[in-house]
Amino acid sequence: MEKIVGDNLESNITKIKVGLASCGIAAGGLEVFDKIDKFLDKSKLNVKLEKTGCIGMCYKEVLVEIDDEQFGSTMYGPVKPEDVDEVLQAHLIDKKPKTEKVLFSDKLGGKEDEVLKHQTRIVLRNCGIINPESIDDYLEQDGYKAIQQVLTEMKPEDVIEEIKKSGLRGRGGAGFPTGLKWQFAHQAKGDIKYIICNADEGDPGAFMDRSVLEGDPHSVIEGMLIAAYAIGANQGYIYCRAEYPLALKRLRIAIKQAEERGFLGNNIFDSDFNLKIDIKEGAGAFVCGEETAMIASIEGKRGMPNIRPPYPANSGLWGKPTNINNVETFANIAWIIRNGASEFAKYGTEKSKGTKVFALTGKIKRGGLVEVPMGMTLRDVIFKVGGGIIGDKKFKAVQLGGPSGGCIPESLLNTPVDYDSLTATGAIMGSGGMVVMDETTCMVDMARFFLNFTQNESCGKCTFCRIGTKRMLEILTRITEGKGKSSDIDLLYDLSDKVKKASLCGLGQTAPNPVLTTLKYFKDEYIEHIENKHCPAGVCKQLIKYEIIPEKCVGCQMCKKVCPVDAISGERKSVHKIDQEKCIKCGACMDTCKFDAIRKL
Amino acid sequence: MTDNDLAKTDEVLEQYKDRAGNLIPILQNIQTKLGYLSKETIKYISTKTKIPVSEIYGVVTFYTQFRLQPIGKNIIRICHGTACHVANASKIADTIFEELNVKPGGTTEDLKFSVEVVACLGCCSLAPVMMINDKVYGRLTSEKVKKILAEY
Repeated sequence: MEKIVGDNLESNITKIKVGLASCGIAAGGLEVFDKIDKFLDKSKLNVKLEKTGCIGMCYKEVLVEIDDEQFGSTMYGPVKPEDVDEVLQAHLIDKKPKTEKVLFSDKLGGKEDEVLKHQTRIVLRNCGIINPESIDDYLEQDGYKAIQQVLTEMKPEDVIEEIKKSGLRGRGGAGFPTGLKWQFAHQAKGDIKYIICNADEGDPGAFMDRSVLEGDPHSVIEGMLIAAYAIGANQGYIYCRAEYPLALKRLRIAIKQAEERGFLGNNIFDSDFNLKIDIKEGAGAFVCGEETAMIASIEGKRGMPNIRPPYPANSGLWGKPTNINNVETFANIAWIIRNGASEFAKYGTEKSKGTKVFALTGKIKRGGLVEVPMGMTLRDVIFKVGGGIIGDKKFKAVQLGGPSGGCIPESLLNTPVDYDSLTATGAIMGSGGMVVMDETTCMVDMARFFLNFTQNESCGKCTFCRIGTKRMLEILTRITEGKGKSSDIDLLYDLSDKVKKASLCGLGQTAPNPVLTTLKYFKDEYIEHIENKHCPAGVCKQLIKYEIIPEKCVGCQMCKKVCPVDAISGERKSVHKIDQEKCIKCGACMDTCKFDAIRKL
Repeated sequence: MTDNDLAKTDEVLEQYKDRAGNLIPILQNIQTKLGYLSKETIKYISTKTKIPVSEIYGVVTFYTQFRLQPIGKNIIRICHGTACHVANASKIADTIFEELNVKPGGTTEDLKFSVEVVACLGCCSLAPVMMINDKVYGRLTSEKVKKILAEY
């Protein structure tokens, strides 16, 4: 992690960087940036102000780094627009920095380096360090050196061998060995071949790819260049979802800059290798993350999967050999070439090499983006890196792999994060979304949430996926409404099995996983819903009720005012009452009550 | 279609002329310019590109991004990804529907707002999240939502 802290290229000039990825902007980053700009204008200080990508500490956004001679690098956060003048005045002019806002620093202390200490940053090596809209910043970090090395010193076979040796596996979810995939496309017969970058990050709860594209787009382009050379492609596509406007914008800038400098186009580095990259915007269909569906979508069709074989390596886009890798996979490539396969293989476990980026979200203290060596235990990721559960509540489960994955309970927290160990639990590595849940999360509701998602996103081609997921959703919905039957659990098992077996693509084959894992580890909760019509977590609306605690109610009438359906009655200064018939269980009364006089049963 | 709409449509079609597999970008571009894809627009695209109306309609209805109805001036996207779900996004959604008196996917009568529920906006650590046009609002509460809506 010294890189973030110690990166100081023009050592005399003070630099200020503001984290302006989507999260930073959402937290008010642009206002902070403007405020800093105005302050610097007014004070006429010689300071270089820059934007940078995701540093990963989303829970402390907006993040501002000041790097000067006297104090070295100092990370401030969270910085609000109204804090700017004070922080800058203290740091730059009075030279007495406001240490209570310092997260970590070379010389000024700060406790938040804990979150970075356990990380190993390969994919995120430049995120939060460089200005993603400047190719010069990327070049300063030895950018495009790997493709130069590849084009001047290596044959395509050598490149493939090197990637195979590194042990890199696809980071999109399935974990297929990347080098082997390239070899298939390389060996496939045909003059025209295509390379595609899968940036259709659709798993709810995952934002690794967005952060890489927003923070370091050139590393993805360089990875694509190396892959294209290895398989013999001259045309590339980046399929990115339209819901990521900032990632798309930064990709367009990066491609234009790379073209201007001759890293994309014809005769790259005076070789006879040419590559053109175009962007294809997704149009909002989760299934398009599946390879064959993505190909159909790029061809301008409905994005429905096709039967494999033939695999895209032999017959992909417009029937030509095609290689598809995910954003994170590509972002690893240049690093592997420059540092060597064996250096990469030092990290990780026997069968899962390197690092994995996770998006830590849910009820976790330090939510954000983290990159850890494969093989670290889930417990360490959640408690050491993530800082544990908000409010120190009890950990209940962690959801991995989005709608294709599963919920892992406390008893399995010592499972190492690698492809094979996670698959053994019934979950999957997936793309890297990690949603942490505490005792206030209902597992049946969680399963219903994911089924609702997959049922919506099923393209409808395979009957079991189209209708099976709908029936499963109906069953889960009735359980959460207190209308479940004791035969429902067996029915869910039966349907799960059939949907898995009779679906063509990953979406259907994995759709039952959230149901199966919650049934495996949290069956009690299902039974409690079905037999006792009770939701232990207090989430399922039909199974809970709000009640006023007479001893605590002072009759202030606040709850009566906020109730949207006039379900609360009672005179001023006398105990109020909730009409259970009228109550819609929105919880507004409980949020408003200042005396903790309302409880949820 | 007005002359102005026709001109805008032609401009997009010209840009993608003679390039294979560009139906989706054509539709995306035209929708950006016209706001939605009307029956006449689809028929017109079909005549010009020689792609059957049925195929265009198939593509339009497959992808959630495309709209067959006019939309409001401001588009509200309520995130209902996993992290937002855990952070009680349904309550935020209910507040919006109630405040604006619309249903999911609907548009207010004055055409001021269209409200969509989307899978994930990728700002999970700020959950619950919504986006109005290109601006993301995070760590929402019912109270905050009401204030934000009043700004528009």
